[in-house]
Amino acid sequence: MDQSSRKIRVLVAKPGLDGHDRGAKVIARALRDAGMEVIYTGLRQTPEMIAAAALQEDVDAVGVSILSGAHNTLCPRIVSLLRDQGMNDCLVILGGIVPQEDIAKLKEQGIAEIFLPGTSTQQIIEFLRRNVKGRD
Amino acid sequence: MQEIKELSREDLAKDRWEKQILQPVLKRGERKASFQTVSLEEISRLYSPCDISDLDFEHDIAFPGQFPYTRGIHPTGYRGKLWTMRQFAGFGTPEETNARFKYLLKEGQTGLSVAYDLPALMGYDADSPLAEGEVGKCGVAVSSLADMESLFDGIPLEAVTVSQTINAPASVFLAMYLVVAEKQGADWKKLSGTLQNDILKEYIAQKEWIYPIRSAMKLVIDTFEFCTSDVPRYNPISVSGYHIREAGATALQELAFTLRDGIEYVEWGVRAGLDVDQFVPRMSFFFNAHNDFFEEIAKYRAARRLWARVMRDRFDAQNERTLKLRFHTQTAGVSLTVQQPLNNIARVAIQALAGVLGGTQSLHTDAYDEALALPTDSAALIALRTQQIIAEETGVANTVDPLGGSYFVEALTERMEEGALDYFERIDAMGGMVEAVEKAFPQREIQESAYQYQKALERGDQTIVGVNKYEMEDEPQEVPILVIDESVHKHQVERLEQTRARRDNGAVRKALDHLRLAAKKGDNTMPATIEAVRAYASLGEICSALRDVYGIYEEPAI
Repeated sequence: MDQSSRKIRVLVAKPGLDGHDRGAKVIARALRDAGMEVIYTGLRQTPEMIAAAALQEDVDAVGVSILSGAHNTLCPRIVSLLRDQGMNDCLVILGGIVPQEDIAKLKEQGIAEIFLPGTSTQQIIEFLRRNVKGRD
Repeated sequence: MQEIKELSREDLAKDRWEKQILQPVLKRGERKASFQTVSLEEISRLYSPCDISDLDFEHDIAFPGQFPYTRGIHPTGYRGKLWTMRQFAGFGTPEETNARFKYLLKEGQTGLSVAYDLPALMGYDADSPLAEGEVGKCGVAVSSLADMESLFDGIPLEAVTVSQTINAPASVFLAMYLVVAEKQGADWKKLSGTLQNDILKEYIAQKEWIYPIRSAMKLVIDTFEFCTSDVPRYNPISVSGYHIREAGATALQELAFTLRDGIEYVEWGVRAGLDVDQFVPRMSFFFNAHNDFFEEIAKYRAARRLWARVMRDRFDAQNERTLKLRFHTQTAGVSLTVQQPLNNIARVAIQALAGVLGGTQSLHTDAYDEALALPTDSAALIALRTQQIIAEETGVANTVDPLGGSYFVEALTERMEEGALDYFERIDAMGGMVEAVEKAFPQREIQESAYQYQKALERGDQTIVGVNKYEMEDEPQEVPILVIDESVHKHQVERLEQTRARRDNGAVRKALDHLRLAAKKGDNTMPATIEAVRAYASLGEICSALRDVYGIYEEPAI
């Protein structure tokens, strides 16, 4: 299979202590139904565990779900760990309860997009299809 | 062979109505081909006596305060006493939450409800590496008795009832609460209040667990035993459907799984030698109030009827108080929208009204800004005022169970009850709720419902105003939000260090050894937990002593 027809691979990740996995699981299934390959990390993964899984699974994107308010601490760390291991094209997107004030700063720190409550799964699928580089 | 049923006068009248009056109008069609609740349950065009002909008034509905309590547990409803207005609150440091508690009490709130932060919910101290970024964010930060003393400073625990939302480490928080009360001079025998302590729904939905499920159940039973003998007016559990619903369950699944969880706790209690008529009267329940008004009301009414029948028929309960299901209600956090957030005030009011018409004993109304962050003072006040408006302006509390006898509500109540009984049968066939959870049965059912709802939403079959209909390009409403900064973390870590420096570390070690030993031997862990708390052992130290014995829970792949 050549690179251009490879399916988009996404790691759906739940860092931090919160156990609210409804959104992460709905999105994992919607991405799968849209033909992507999805790996779900399970709950309470450290940024280090998420970066290691992303490398091992060779994913195109990491979808991070946080509802506890710990995004400012955890997300930039995930991005920098991915970049440190040379995954420069790996998109990091975030979903959850994120105040407007935090969005610009998170984008500056390398989060490609932030999806707030009420986002349709279709918007996320389209975003990934448009922005994942050199594949699909 | 078809069963031949004699048509009643009502059936014949309905038949005539359909032919003569309905049919000509139906040619013009209706707004939609099918009308569904938020749980995707089909609703008929009309309900009439034909839909409740198999219900018997005395047997199935009866009077309030009378078996099977469909119309409520109090014969005078809210005419005697209004529901308790109990707003869930907690953020930042114990001092900040203490100030919020005092503010809410001053504004007419009648009970307290504590929200703890995620490290506390998971049994970690503020200085644990896993707590980074989470301290004080989703609730108040508590790592030891010193924090609990600040949290309840100036709040007399013998006079104010406090509900604590804490589960995996619940026995530790019960112990801390008891020791604070004791230091205030309160008599444990007079102490009231509620511990959520519902570990089953953690594995099913909320996912804040520590130990493997059977060890965790043992801890719950320890608190039942201890409270039955030493704190007899305290509710050691609030069996919760709230989180099951928030995770995506339908109203029926919320009802069925919650009540089946309740049955499981009763069975474990009985197996431990407790008397049903002694401990079950102190079990309480906690339900969600979601958007679909009548479906919610039917759910509460069905819950009371089911519980009364199950307790009588399955457990042979004799005490009337054992049969009466008491519950707290909270409006649905999941229904709140980030878009046009002031609309949430209207949603919350309607959901709260459903809770009241369903006969709730206490109520939390969400603040309109909760899809954005923890509530500000002013948002929390509007939420409380919403309850006061329902209680004192609308007139709904003037008569008992005003919707009793509604063809629609009674038919829906019956459908809820039957649906729940089907689930009970399936779960019983698996060997019980612990076994069902180990097989991930309720988890899978909920996950499927959450996905089906999302699809219905994206097809436009379900509407959320401001989200998939009546959206606005430029959001007109900017609302202030509460920000918890990292200074809370620093403050909490410092206090923990001071506590560790001041206490007698020998006494802490000894108490933790006693706790490990009690856990190993299968003795009741409460006395040793209280000893450890008194010695100012931290939450993390106590939970890690229990982890040494019990191990930790690993979620199966679902």
